[in-house]
Amino acid sequence: MAGHAHPTVKTFVAVWAALLVLTALTVGVATLNLGPFNPIVALAIATTKALLVLLFFMELRYSTALTKISVVAAVFFLMLLVGLTLSDYLTRGWSSYINPFR
Amino acid sequence: MPDSELAVHNLKHHFADLEQQKATSTFGMWIFLVTEIMFFGGAFATYLIYRLSYYNAWVAGSQTMEIELGAVNTVVLICSSLTMVMSVHFAKLGNRKLTAIFLLLTLLLGFGFLGIKAVEYHGHWVHHEVPGPNFHFEHQGNYDPRQVMIFFSLYFAMTGMHALHMVIGAGLLTWLLIANARGRFTPEYNSPVEMVGLYWHFVDLVWIYLFPLLYLISHHHNG
Amino acid sequence: METANSEPKTNYLNADYGIKSWLLTTDHKRIALLYLISITLFFFLGGFFAMLIRLELLTPAGDLVLADTYNKLFTMHGVVMIFLFLLPAVPAVFGNFLVPMMIGAKDLAFPKLNLASWYIFIIGACFILYAVVTGGLDTGWTFYTPYSTTYSNSNVVAAALGVFITGFSSIFTGLNILVTVHRMRAPGLTWRRLPLFIWAHYATSVIMVLGTPVLAITIVLVALERLFHFGIFDARMGGDPLLFQHLFWFYSHPAVYIMILPAMGVISEIIACFSRKRVFGYDFVAMSSIAIAVLGFLVWAHHMYVAGISTYAAMIFSMLTFFVAIPSAVKVFNWTATLYKGSITFETPMLYVFAFIGLFTIGGLTGVFLASVGIDLHVTDTYFVVAHFHYVMVGGTVTAFMGALHFWWPKITGKMYPESFAKLSAVLVFLGFNLTFFPQFLLGYMGMPRRYHAYPAEFQVLNVLSTAGASILAVGFLLPMVYFVWSLQYGKDAGPNPYNAAGLEWQTASPPTTFNFEETPVVTWEAYNYDEIDAPNKGVEVAG
Repeated sequence: MAGHAHPTVKTFVAVWAALLVLTALTVGVATLNLGPFNPIVALAIATTKALLVLLFFMELRYSTALTKISVVAAVFFLMLLVGLTLSDYLTRGWSSYINPFR
Repeated sequence: MPDSELAVHNLKHHFADLEQQKATSTFGMWIFLVTEIMFFGGAFATYLIYRLSYYNAWVAGSQTMEIELGAVNTVVLICSSLTMVMSVHFAKLGNRKLTAIFLLLTLLLGFGFLGIKAVEYHGHWVHHEVPGPNFHFEHQGNYDPRQVMIFFSLYFAMTGMHALHMVIGAGLLTWLLIANARGRFTPEYNSPVEMVGLYWHFVDLVWIYLFPLLYLISHHHNG
Repeated sequence: METANSEPKTNYLNADYGIKSWLLTTDHKRIALLYLISITLFFFLGGFFAMLIRLELLTPAGDLVLADTYNKLFTMHGVVMIFLFLLPAVPAVFGNFLVPMMIGAKDLAFPKLNLASWYIFIIGACFILYAVVTGGLDTGWTFYTPYSTTYSNSNVVAAALGVFITGFSSIFTGLNILVTVHRMRAPGLTWRRLPLFIWAHYATSVIMVLGTPVLAITIVLVALERLFHFGIFDARMGGDPLLFQHLFWFYSHPAVYIMILPAMGVISEIIACFSRKRVFGYDFVAMSSIAIAVLGFLVWAHHMYVAGISTYAAMIFSMLTFFVAIPSAVKVFNWTATLYKGSITFETPMLYVFAFIGLFTIGGLTGVFLASVGIDLHVTDTYFVVAHFHYVMVGGTVTAFMGALHFWWPKITGKMYPESFAKLSAVLVFLGFNLTFFPQFLLGYMGMPRRYHAYPAEFQVLNVLSTAGASILAVGFLLPMVYFVWSLQYGKDAGPNPYNAAGLEWQTASPPTTFNFEETPVVTWEAYNYDEIDAPNKGVEVAG
């Protein structure tokens, strides 16, 4: 791991400032009524913040490919959990004449 | 002890050199964080499915949250992430004094977060929003108040798990402070600081998602 | 074994003496033995519950135990066998013992974490045992809500906490193996030179790391619900019991692969050795482990076809379940092809391998039956399902575990087991197993439901056969206890490589020294190079 670039104090402070700005932004957007876009915008900002923390504070940007793959794998399997569970919940209404619980 | 001797002392017998040892512990820590992603992920999945099923109750529950307190806590945590990253930085430079100062700041900010969280919990308790026999929710709108109780159940389960991680993190920071004071860390050997740093940032990361999901996204929707 | 005078060299067993040197050891081999002793005890505890179940089912009337007691018996049989035996059986014992040696390392990446994982396992086991002795547990091993959270009068919280804690032990074992395989391989040991045992354990570790945390959060929610009546999984309070099942099976179906994948790794090692051939289709067998690990996460709702999930989801999960049969079949076909034109000998480990291939094939194929929604509706919650998973778990995992125990016993202890007794017990296990569980396929197909302590009289003949088989099976498992202990004192000295097997673990002394290798080996050969080992004049050093 020796020899690779490391972020400087300047980077850390810049990331910190960006995180604060994004926090202010997400709180500000919450006071607007964007209809279905409220959760989308909020999650987009949260993901940006998460990426900033991951890439710079946790130095994922400077990590090995293996580490990056591990994180992506976790997110991927989490999506499988959510997605396949939703495949049940979202399709339950389609067959109300079969499903005795609806 | 001269540096070379310290390096030998810090190298575990089954590694070839300090570099392999450090790469190994870093990777191990990331795999641990992967398990943490899946752990909190299960809770997030539960939250999402109930939000889709009981949307109106979710909006009603979410609108009782104190956005100001949540926002302040977010800022506190982000600042603690900065101080944490600074202490890792100075540990790598071998600056014991600045490492200690930033570790201490991180610890204090962590306690600050937990304090504010306690104020919030107290508010929920006073307003009978804690699930259980005392739960009571004045509801207007098209939903079952028991569904709001599920919202609060998940709120307490998720923020409670998060707070528990903060408490564990505070314990780890204290341990680092002691080890740092004893001069355990050198520019060559500082992985414990770095590992705890990764853990601390991860806990911050969870809150980055908890804050909008619990406090913000339903703020303007009609119940 | 500590008085092995004929072995003057120090090894991991006699390097240090006293109970403290065992309880505070960070040597992966000693920790593996700690696990071996603990899970053997739990195996016989779970087996004791099984025998009581079989005795009750000897007669149609529920005359031996009350219905309530029977519920507790099958629950505790399941909980003890799954969480305290099957999950750690191969990875925590043989994975622990062999992974570092097979990759030419001195130890696992995190030795202290390894020891901690054993203590965590024991603490979790204590919670489960506490639940067992304070009135038992009657929810079934699946802890289905709302029965577990609201209605059960048994000690659910203690048992759930026990499962939660042993889960961490499993996570730490998986994490350790994963990091070790990535970071600690000897020079020259590339991924495609790894023994298939390592590939299997790598895939298993991926499941442990990704799946177990979801079980953990699910159990946290169940415990909170039971303690504080949260209502998350209680339909009466607006919660959804099916969500519990989704979260539970997201872990617990892949957990089946935590149990069977390492067993498959064992089979690859043994079959190559006693066929004197490289495993046919090495790349495919290696990749099928990874494929099983990934696909295993996509099939969980086939446990829920009749629970009220949507028809469309059932169709999706049914199809995905058929897919997981492909990599499993790839393994079986490749093992069979390995035998082709091999110089096959019938030592005890190989007998277990033959048993495994046959029994796992039956277990796997009946799994394909169950994957199709139509058949599953007919046989859900019948003895057909019970027979199916026992063919995989006992016919597969336990059989491979026994094979592994015989195969690596000389490496672990430096002593040979008595071959004729071992063969006898292998035959007893195979016959007893089939007599126990094959009738259950028939019973299930005829409609006998599982989890009842009484049944209509027309099912009695097959149940008597099953109970008779269980007694033979019990003898088959008790006999090795006797001759393994006997062999510690009187067994022949094994020497470093009694089977002339390939693999780095056979290049160490038997028993190995604490750090396994005098110096880190440099690997220049492919896995299972039996053609080189057996070639008379090529003089390859590998043969030792």
